[in-house]
Amino acid sequence: MAITELSHYQQAILLLASLIVLTSFLMLGQSRLLRLVFIFAVQGILLAITTALAADVLDSPHLYISALLTLTLKGIFIPIMLQRLVLNMGLHRDMETLPNPARVMMGGTGLVVFSYYVCLPIVKLSPLITLNTIAISMAVVLLGMLLMITRRQAVAHVVGFMSIENGLFFAAVVSTYGMPMVVELGIAFDVLVAAVLFGVFFFHIRSSIDSLDVDQLNRLNEVEK
Amino acid sequence: MIAVYLLLLIPLAGMLFLSRVRDSHQAGRINIRFNSLSLVASLWLAVDVLLEGPILSHSQMLYIDSFNVYLIALTAFVGLTTSIFSGPYMAHEQELGKVGKKRLRLYYTMYQGFMLAMYLVLTTNNMGVMWVAMEGATLATVLLVSLYRTPESVEAAWKYFILCGVGIAQALFGTVLLYFAAEQVHGIQETALLWTVLHEHASSLNPGVMSIAFVFLLVGYGTKIGLVPLHNWLPDAHSEGPTPMSAILSGLLLNDALYAVVRCKMLVDGSLGNHQAGNLMMGFGLLSFLVAALFLHRQTDIKRLFSYSSIEHMGLMTFAFGIGSPWATFAALFHMTTHSLTKSAIFVTVGYASQLAKTQRIEKIRGLIRTQPSIGWGLLIGTIAIAGFPPFGVFASEFLVLVATMNDYPWLTPLLLIGIGIAFAGLFRHIQPIVYGDVPEGQTAIRANMLPVMIHLGIVLFLGLAIPAFLGNWFNQATLLISGKLPL
Repeated sequence: MAITELSHYQQAILLLASLIVLTSFLMLGQSRLLRLVFIFAVQGILLAITTALAADVLDSPHLYISALLTLTLKGIFIPIMLQRLVLNMGLHRDMETLPNPARVMMGGTGLVVFSYYVCLPIVKLSPLITLNTIAISMAVVLLGMLLMITRRQAVAHVVGFMSIENGLFFAAVVSTYGMPMVVELGIAFDVLVAAVLFGVFFFHIRSSIDSLDVDQLNRLNEVEK
Repeated sequence: MIAVYLLLLIPLAGMLFLSRVRDSHQAGRINIRFNSLSLVASLWLAVDVLLEGPILSHSQMLYIDSFNVYLIALTAFVGLTTSIFSGPYMAHEQELGKVGKKRLRLYYTMYQGFMLAMYLVLTTNNMGVMWVAMEGATLATVLLVSLYRTPESVEAAWKYFILCGVGIAQALFGTVLLYFAAEQVHGIQETALLWTVLHEHASSLNPGVMSIAFVFLLVGYGTKIGLVPLHNWLPDAHSEGPTPMSAILSGLLLNDALYAVVRCKMLVDGSLGNHQAGNLMMGFGLLSFLVAALFLHRQTDIKRLFSYSSIEHMGLMTFAFGIGSPWATFAALFHMTTHSLTKSAIFVTVGYASQLAKTQRIEKIRGLIRTQPSIGWGLLIGTIAIAGFPPFGVFASEFLVLVATMNDYPWLTPLLLIGIGIAFAGLFRHIQPIVYGDVPEGQTAIRANMLPVMIHLGIVLFLGLAIPAFLGNWFNQATLLISGKLPL
């Protein structure tokens, strides 16, 4: 099917999906924390735009609420909180050395291909071209995990964690036009509490190991060494 | 019907109330009262369900049938006995200077918060809300794991937060797919995520989507059950948090996560009509069972020892639910009860033992029976019970699992027997010197309330000898619901 045959809405969704997965890749290759947080905010805003677009086209007003929630939480509140924490703790000067950025990027590409492979049975299922984007959202989830695996900074872990949530939310919006309202409110509440708790934890970790390098959290082992 | 609302409102009220109580001794007593009120509500609910059958609330958001009602009663019971233990225990920890008043206030507030999340997981009919509540349980307990603020406890809490957070995110993806499958059948509706609706239309849900969804749901909730290889957070969180926390994590949280998986399995089975979901659960369960049994031998921390034992037992239950035959399901339900009663009793005893010896390191805890016979015997009997000796209930449930395995998968029985043997050896090589060894100098008895332990072990002993008719009836009904047939 040629892309010109699709409706404008579908084309827009596909464009937004590609932009979102692009931000995931940008995060993967970003070694400065402040910029990482900024890209995360961009991802949140893109997500909010997707939701608002879906709300407008599909005429489902409850999606406007969730678009607003996403924008305030993922686009504004959490990034600002993380940014302030990074500045307060003086982490913005450190640059994390990424071992083998090329290999990480290649791995990320592999994950995208893998997500498409896994989602084939779902994509075949329905004529909706936007279902394609389920694979994209799964890729965003997996790329978020890859980000967490390759980093040692606790802040980067939180960004990875939140970007996993972004991927899930994107899946919900494009495949099912959002979850039922009560569930969405619950999820937003959980994300909010999680973000606040992460902030609390940064201070605990720093006061216990004097840095936010989670590689130094290595006191507990499966068996005694 | 009122009982369900009460069940959810009592812990909520408890949370709000306890967040204002400054005196920590008083907070401990208030915590007990709120938990006893919850127990009363849960028993009321149990009687309701027993007399009238499944209850669906008007908004269809809450659904109680015989499967979750007995777990609710169990949750309320273990929550109460652990709170009875927790008051004096935490007061003692405060005297030792490990925690301050402020953190105790947080502790009691979050104790009720955790109970609320557990009741919500069990009573909700909405798979999405179930996910939210499960994540809520993580959020409520994560600050409690790091309550002592030692470097180890902060590390454990961070691991718990990240692993369970990412793990449970997979379950959310599974839930989204579940919703997607449901929408294919009956369009966009607020009711599409309700378990009762999904279950009713299970056979028309798309099998391809459902099987992918189940993988994500199993990995997600499986992280919370502590299935190998997703178990790394569990021993850390259990060993570094306060002991009452370990007791309710092991006795309640793991059970409720397994409950979520079984609910999902019921939907997937209805859609696929084959044994694929069961096979996945059997594989994960057996792996967890065997790996955890081996790890028991290499532990040096007494709470880590018993948390590996929890992984082992959860593996066995997952395996049994995976087999899916009526016998195996009955056995798994029964094992859920006996394990959580025994394990929470053991953690209570272990808490006293480590206060007595002033350490959690196994090689330094010695001669409990001579210093304080009640704690020593409590630990010994608890270990005998959890290792699966007759006449305790764990023996009966493990025996049933074995029989069910022999019936359906005879070639797996040797693996189970070997695992049980290894686990037994692993527990006893550590526990025997702890109980009988020479008393270290200067070890004196402490004030310990062993009543909760005795009640728990007494019930487990009784269940090993006879199952009361109403309990047997619940198990039968739940088995009928899950496996489609009555066990006998």
